[in-house]
Amino acid sequence: MASEKCVHCGADCGKAPVSWNDKPFCCHGCKTVYQILNEKEMGAYYQIQPMSGIRIESDGTSKKFAFLDNEEIRANLLEFEDGEVAKVKFFIPSIHCASCIWLLEHLDTLNPAISFSTVNFPKKEVYITFNQSQISLRQLAELLTSIHYIPEITLDQLEKKKPGKNNRSLLTKVGIASFSFLNIMMYSFPEYLPGGDLLEQEFKNIFGWLSFVLILPVVFYAANDYFLSAWKGLKHKIISIDVPIALGILALFIQSSIVVFSGKGIGYMDSLSGLVFFLLIGKWYQGKTYEALSFERDYKSYFPVAVTRIAEKGEEIIPIKNLREGDIILVRNQELIPADAMLAEGNGSIDYSFVTGESMPVPKKQGDFIYAGGRQVGSSIKLKVQKEVEQSYLTQLWNQKVDHQESETLDNHINKISQYFTISILAIAFAALISWLFIDPSRAIFVFSSVLIIACPCALALTIPFTFGSTMRVFGRNGFYIKKTAVIEQLHKTTSVVFDKTGTLTLNRKNAVQFHGEELSQQQLGLIKSVVRHSSHPLSIALYNNLENPEIKNPDSFEEIPGMGITAVFQDIRINVGSSAFVKGEAQPETATESRVYISVNREQLGYFSIGNSYRTGLEKVIEDLGKRFDLHLISGDNDAESQRLRALFGPKAELLFNQSPTEKRDFIKKLQSEGKNVLMIGDGLNDAGALAASDTGISIADDVFSFSPACDAILEASKFDQLSRFLQFTHLSFWVVWISFTISFLYNLIGIGFAVMAMLSPLFAAILMPLSSVSVVLFASLSIGFLAKRNLKIA
Amino acid sequence: MSAIIFLIIIGIVVAGGFLVAFIWAVKSGQYDDDYSPSVRMLFENKPPKDENLSDKKQ
Repeated sequence: MASEKCVHCGADCGKAPVSWNDKPFCCHGCKTVYQILNEKEMGAYYQIQPMSGIRIESDGTSKKFAFLDNEEIRANLLEFEDGEVAKVKFFIPSIHCASCIWLLEHLDTLNPAISFSTVNFPKKEVYITFNQSQISLRQLAELLTSIHYIPEITLDQLEKKKPGKNNRSLLTKVGIASFSFLNIMMYSFPEYLPGGDLLEQEFKNIFGWLSFVLILPVVFYAANDYFLSAWKGLKHKIISIDVPIALGILALFIQSSIVVFSGKGIGYMDSLSGLVFFLLIGKWYQGKTYEALSFERDYKSYFPVAVTRIAEKGEEIIPIKNLREGDIILVRNQELIPADAMLAEGNGSIDYSFVTGESMPVPKKQGDFIYAGGRQVGSSIKLKVQKEVEQSYLTQLWNQKVDHQESETLDNHINKISQYFTISILAIAFAALISWLFIDPSRAIFVFSSVLIIACPCALALTIPFTFGSTMRVFGRNGFYIKKTAVIEQLHKTTSVVFDKTGTLTLNRKNAVQFHGEELSQQQLGLIKSVVRHSSHPLSIALYNNLENPEIKNPDSFEEIPGMGITAVFQDIRINVGSSAFVKGEAQPETATESRVYISVNREQLGYFSIGNSYRTGLEKVIEDLGKRFDLHLISGDNDAESQRLRALFGPKAELLFNQSPTEKRDFIKKLQSEGKNVLMIGDGLNDAGALAASDTGISIADDVFSFSPACDAILEASKFDQLSRFLQFTHLSFWVVWISFTISFLYNLIGIGFAVMAMLSPLFAAILMPLSSVSVVLFASLSIGFLAKRNLKIA
Repeated sequence: MSAIIFLIIIGIVVAGGFLVAFIWAVKSGQYDDDYSPSVRMLFENKPPKDENLSDKKQ
């Protein structure tokens, strides 16, 4: 289905547009705005009370946010509380356009108890100030839900510290560096003009001292990260790119200070401040990441905040961390099972799709052991907790953090180069120093520091941030979100690709549906669709989505028997839909590759729908492309029913492993790594979490990138799966750009060092050469990535 | 001579003022979200209560 454009804001409506009056909208915000415009006629738009057209859909039965009445949880969630006034922050993943902001910032007209609401768009958060005596936190959450902005409240938020202010301090540093840079430029300027040397001594002193004062915050505050990281590297015996930078900054500072103190002008102060300014800009560019996406999710952002415990006094809602072994808990339809537990009462039908990627629920009987992480589908069940949340199998797996060596400071190309670079610079500097001691000892120190100054690898240091920063943006625009720029380097080094099967290669939601038996009439199809419409069972949903356009009727009577099927009556027609035990009265052995839904009309057996796993579109092409360059493997938690088909796809060399536990998956990755492979793991479920963390690069595939995905290095939009090999290919192009930029900056350096060893490096020359090399490298890197992206990725 | 020194002082003060303003803006979180304000300014604060405009229309 081609996606349509939203009538109101023009945004892409995606696969499931909201429609009103047969017009498509991207979200309920836009629909509401349009409704108001339409009802009141366009001209009256600004005279009406905003929101007057909104119909609040109340869903009184929902207990989804009941836990917000718990005092402990409420107090933890509130950002600020003073008597009646309280402030809260909600993460709302569905915020995506200007209308959303409009709607959410006019909450005060919906409910007078809300005094103020502000949206942070990149973070998809809304901050609400409200009066607690008039509206409770729970009612507030329900109000947001009723206008289709469902807040996502997870355990994570309760414990999270205040967000880091890294970005702010970096911006402050940029501000200070640019302030000093521009002012010092002004003081240096007279020296560069013809006749500048005629400048009166008094001015030379004033300009020199002013520059000296202005440079202090630049060197000691704005540039402190470079000294710190150079020092950190040296302590671990690594000469990172920051070492020559720190050396250069120090040499510039000392040399220029000597010039100032001896009253001879202002030295290289302008080059120094410019250098720091450019470096910081590069850092800022590289650091702009995706704020609303979370790559660090652990079980805390997956599990609910609270759970219903059945105590002697009756039901009570308690925070999940107060859950103890032996507690009896109530889990309703669509709720998560928070801890390993035993089914005490009711019919379990557990959907483990987040854990394994498998969307068919697993039936559980009374007394069965249930692992945490599943979602109950159907009626409520009672569970007896066997292990506390922290000790559950899944949580344990998450907590086994593999000590991922931070590739940022170690072992990447740029640092290898910079080691040779630094050593050769020092060699050249000392060689020049010694030779000049023989030629003209008075200028030897000047030559020595000149080499260090001009060799300061500013352009070199800017290459990586700008090339990879641009690559990251290009990827992001194409639906491939990476955590940080170092991931590009890891992707580039990949030698082996390991896939998870369920949910990664197969589709989560869309299934191949086929009917086996007598052909059904259009009327019968319509009835079946009407029946399954009322059920939330994944098979019903799959059937509903696959039956094309028959007429929908409302049944006269309808009953869903959990774990069995649905029976419904339309006037004189009774229709049964469900398992073979339910419809035919005899159980059929389950087949591994497909699920069957049997149909009978007025007790006449008509046949069954087979609902099979279907593979992602473009899978063959992706496997074929990747197979040319990498060795491919498959690890699946499922049985080997599809091994033949997968073998044909993957070829004879690939290792296909089935029935793998999460720990075995992780161990397989480690085994590959011990063979010297650089492993790219592609998975989607929680059971891949261990493997994703152990791999060199972990990519998680998500239908909705803002919803939950296990901790990983990159998130790939499921619809962009067929582009995967293009993305990997593109990292190689990025590396070419890096190498060419390196060459350019080396050429500049060579010229500079040539002048420096001949004792001909004037401040003017440095002031021109250093920014020139930086700017040309930055321009080359950004433009060529943009150009390559246009040619090699579908959309730029 | 003294005019230049005077100008230098003015230059530093004015630029310093902007620097302080910038740092204040960063600290107060104005750079945390660079999208919503661009949309927010297009919203009407309070719709006029009087019915003059709608009367004219009819």
